[in-house]
Amino acid sequence: MERPFPPGHYPVVVVGSGPGGLQLSYVLRRLGVEHAVLSEDSGPGGMFLRYPLFQRLNTWSKPHAPAERGTRPYDWYDWNSLVGDVAEHRSTVSELMDGVSYFPARIEMCRGLSTFAARANIQVRYGCRWEGTRREDSGFTLRTSDGEYQCRLAVFAVGMAQPWRPPIPGLEDAPHYVETKPAREYAGKRVFIIGKRNSGFEIADALLPWARRIFLASPRPPVISILHSGGGVKAKYLVPLEDHVMGGGVAILDASIERVRREGALWRVFTSGPMLGPMQFEVDEVIVATGFTSPLGDLPTLGVATFNHGRLPRLTHYWESATMPGIYFAGTITQAAPGLRKHGSAGNSVAVGGFRHNARVLAHYLAHEHFGIDTPAVTLRREDLVPYLLSEVTRAPELWNQQAYLARVVRVDRSQGVFDDGIQPLAAFVDTAGPDAVAVSVEVDAKGEIHPGVYVRRDGQTSEHVLAGDPLLNFERDRHRAELENVLKGLVGGG
Amino acid sequence: MAERDDIVNSMASLAMFADLSRPQLEAASHTFEEEWFTDGQRILRQGFSGSNFYVILDGEAAVRINGETRAVLTRGDFFGEVSVLLGEPPTADVVALRPLRCIVLSGPDTESFLVSYPRVMYRMLQAQARRLRNANLWRG
Repeated sequence: MERPFPPGHYPVVVVGSGPGGLQLSYVLRRLGVEHAVLSEDSGPGGMFLRYPLFQRLNTWSKPHAPAERGTRPYDWYDWNSLVGDVAEHRSTVSELMDGVSYFPARIEMCRGLSTFAARANIQVRYGCRWEGTRREDSGFTLRTSDGEYQCRLAVFAVGMAQPWRPPIPGLEDAPHYVETKPAREYAGKRVFIIGKRNSGFEIADALLPWARRIFLASPRPPVISILHSGGGVKAKYLVPLEDHVMGGGVAILDASIERVRREGALWRVFTSGPMLGPMQFEVDEVIVATGFTSPLGDLPTLGVATFNHGRLPRLTHYWESATMPGIYFAGTITQAAPGLRKHGSAGNSVAVGGFRHNARVLAHYLAHEHFGIDTPAVTLRREDLVPYLLSEVTRAPELWNQQAYLARVVRVDRSQGVFDDGIQPLAAFVDTAGPDAVAVSVEVDAKGEIHPGVYVRRDGQTSEHVLAGDPLLNFERDRHRAELENVLKGLVGGG
Repeated sequence: MAERDDIVNSMASLAMFADLSRPQLEAASHTFEEEWFTDGQRILRQGFSGSNFYVILDGEAAVRINGETRAVLTRGDFFGEVSVLLGEPPTADVVALRPLRCIVLSGPDTESFLVSYPRVMYRMLQAQARRLRNANLWRG
């Protein structure tokens, strides 16, 4: 079969065939934005072709859920499927799950993604590795293993699955998460895991039936998902924490790792910290679970500024490089734009559930900004505005997956009418001047309770109103209607 | 590459963290996240709930009330603490004047951080006392 997208000129080149690249290409094509998709892999899936190591995701896809499968509200209950515009393209992960767990197996995830790509006929030039980038007057040239691609815009959806180690002496010799052996090979051993985020806990959980002792150490106390509104270590991996609390042989320590030294068949780990003072641990195995970095290639030398040890690019609200216009990012790298960070929460762009929506918003933004392709705004009747907004905060998957990060925006023109302007980054809405409009989001307050957030832009000033919560998360009750009507009073003219 | 060390060094040179030992500084540095803002970007939004506590490592930011600049903050300055301590929305915008590098602590985590590092709290209190004195001098 002939491979698509031979080297040449394209308005947009997308690099990557993980969920970010696939979702972006899907929407770009439906909008009529010509583009090429290149991937060094041999098929769709991105990081899920290899990870998670212990073969099961930590984000839900519920085959049976409060909303009907194949509908838009159902996407909130299925974080792992990409978002299609027709029923056949929706819910492709949950459709294929075997019922053992509502966290899909890695292989189920891969099957779901490849089913989406096949049904939506997403074209990718596989086996084509991006090797370098040049800036041109009219855009960029991407050098690849197949030849050169010229483009106006480049979107990098290259994931964040390249092992990263902090600069600690001796750590470069210790195996990284990605080099973890099958769990049974740790039988009877003392294992020291560096890192207390999901990947560290994932390994600890998998080694519970095998390792003699497990130490989990890093300077920062673990951030637990159920106590931090979904951010941090997932409940699925909390058994090691329970074991630690009960004294079963797992020790979870807040300590800095000073250095690591190989001593014959053993390892010695030197730690320090206010909790324990200087300590040494003699162990049989060390595993470095300090996370990943994005493979940005030569982009930093081209002028794409980075932060967080060079692991992420600095981005605008619409995921464009803050220092190199024309270079965009999709997929998990979009976590580099944290949005409003209300009460510390930075949205959920790290996971498919969140960034799939970013990719859709990005596609619409690129089409509008760079190609003059607009999706006609749907006109709303004035009397439908309040019920529509309350329906959105109650069930829109974009708002639920990307809390205080993505918003439904409705423009209000006193003479022309009320227009649905779609889903936009909330930070872009509140920090950009524009016509009178209202944006709604779903957000968590300081106590961890979920509320609708309403942002009203009137005569160039934007105000914030947090509506009441609800024990059953139904924001379509009379009190919400009355509250929202009050907030919008005077914004909508006429009756 | 050693940006975490870089953050620890930057923190060590700020008055606010001057009393912490190296291990304490390292532990404290992991409690914060690093964040960058481009010029013109708002960090604190007047009247919006849920703001966080920021310390400036590099760059400059303006404090603006109803669009009028009241103060300029630079390296070592911090902001957002009044809003976090009182649980009230900020009464000013804070806007980056050029690329701004901060460390940020979420509002909900700020209390436990300050209680764990009383010397940092003391230094913050000193800085607040200075701000209050200067404000009183102004009025007088």
